[in-house]
Amino acid sequence: MSSFDLSEILGNPEYVSMLLLGIEMTFVVAIGSWVLAMTLALLLLGLRYAPGPVGNAFVTAYVSYHRNVPTLVQLMLWYFGIFTLMPDGLTFWLNDHNAEAIFAVIGLGLCQAAYFSEDLRSGMRAVSPGQLEAARALGHSYVSAMRFVMVPQGTRNALPALINHSVSLFKNSSLAVAIGVAELTYAVKEIENLSFRTFESYLLVTILYLVFSLMIMTVGAYVARRADPVRSGRA
Amino acid sequence: MISDIIAIIRDYWLLLLIGQYPNGPLGGLAATLMLSVLAIAFAFPVSIALALARLSKSPLLNWPVSALVYFTRGVPLLMLILWGYFLVPLVTGASVPSFLTMLVTLVVYQGAFLSEVVRGGIVALGHGQMEAARALGHSYLGAMRYVILPQALYNVIPSIISVFVSTIKDTTLGYVINVPDLTFAASQINNQLLTQPFQVFFILAAVYYVICWSLSRVAVLTERRITRKRAGTAAQATAKSLKLAALTDQPS
Repeated sequence: MSSFDLSEILGNPEYVSMLLLGIEMTFVVAIGSWVLAMTLALLLLGLRYAPGPVGNAFVTAYVSYHRNVPTLVQLMLWYFGIFTLMPDGLTFWLNDHNAEAIFAVIGLGLCQAAYFSEDLRSGMRAVSPGQLEAARALGHSYVSAMRFVMVPQGTRNALPALINHSVSLFKNSSLAVAIGVAELTYAVKEIENLSFRTFESYLLVTILYLVFSLMIMTVGAYVARRADPVRSGRA
Repeated sequence: MISDIIAIIRDYWLLLLIGQYPNGPLGGLAATLMLSVLAIAFAFPVSIALALARLSKSPLLNWPVSALVYFTRGVPLLMLILWGYFLVPLVTGASVPSFLTMLVTLVVYQGAFLSEVVRGGIVALGHGQMEAARALGHSYLGAMRYVILPQALYNVIPSIISVFVSTIKDTTLGYVINVPDLTFAASQINNQLLTQPFQVFFILAAVYYVICWSLSRVAVLTERRITRKRAGTAAQATAKSLKLAALTDQPS
């Protein structure tokens, strides 16, 4: 076996472009599913607070399913299962538009929405009900009390958990390789197959994942600090 | 559709349960459960050692373990599995069954996660316990062994169960290196049937759901019991466990 040589990979334009395409796809999947997850999480949170038992029961079932079934199995059910049940026209359209990536975004986004909505809910629950009463007593309507008093505090409480789960969403984007999405893990397997430089290619991609995850953690910590009026010196 | 599902279960229940066992390696649900139980059983002592190292004042012990924890938090498990698939045979010098590769990877990965849980439990106890034990003449290790760890580990039992649940979910990733677990059995069935992928993967999801949901319930019930038992110190403990929950309750 030849000795360690990173330039075998970084010096080869073909491998570099594969890596860059992989990084791009990883971010497309991660950001796409993050946006979907956050949107759904807010909807789920709204359903939780809606009057009547139906919304609450639905959200409980939704969260329970997505937390207790492995993400990989959820992705497989979407891509191998539900995809085949779809009408032909839709199937053709999806196949023309990178169906793998679309189902990765749907699967990961739906799964992550359960975690995000639970984070937001426990953040909201940590705000004392006295805050709402005080805001109402000061003349805020329910909606404006929510908007100006409850939600800012609730999201601030939820931030650490949201950041943690955003990092794990980014890491979980690697699961998309199991349904054939050409993201970073897929790229490394290809490069390894072509170059026989297992150690170098794995090392490179591991460092990339690590750097991106640490970047998300750092940005998250900065946002959390800025959001905290005491620590950012605004109070 | 329901009759399809029943037919699949009737035809393939043995494959789902134990894989091709007498004629091949143990697989299916039995392999999934064995993998998770063994992983958590080995990860537990590892995690205590890592937690103690991370709490120690010596940078020689502290620093590498912090690095390991950040590493496992920042790199996808899938990538670690690929590393294991490459490194384990290299280190042992022989071809190793993928089951063993997966076990080693899971022990490292969950060991690091679990060590944060154990460390959280120790920190949540507060300084007083250690100081009192030292004042009574215990050595540092003696105080850990007889005073701190018994309390800390008892308090984090619910989190340990959560880590166990995520270990079960993580074993599915063995699929990429062909570990003969439940997911592998399901995809084998899918390859034989070809026409009913939704039904097959629905069964797979349902089995995982039942197992993980029941264990999560056990975790919740244990947590309630422990909180009741420690009602006096519960107020401080919940604040700490909120942060812990974000760490242990990861999608996988």
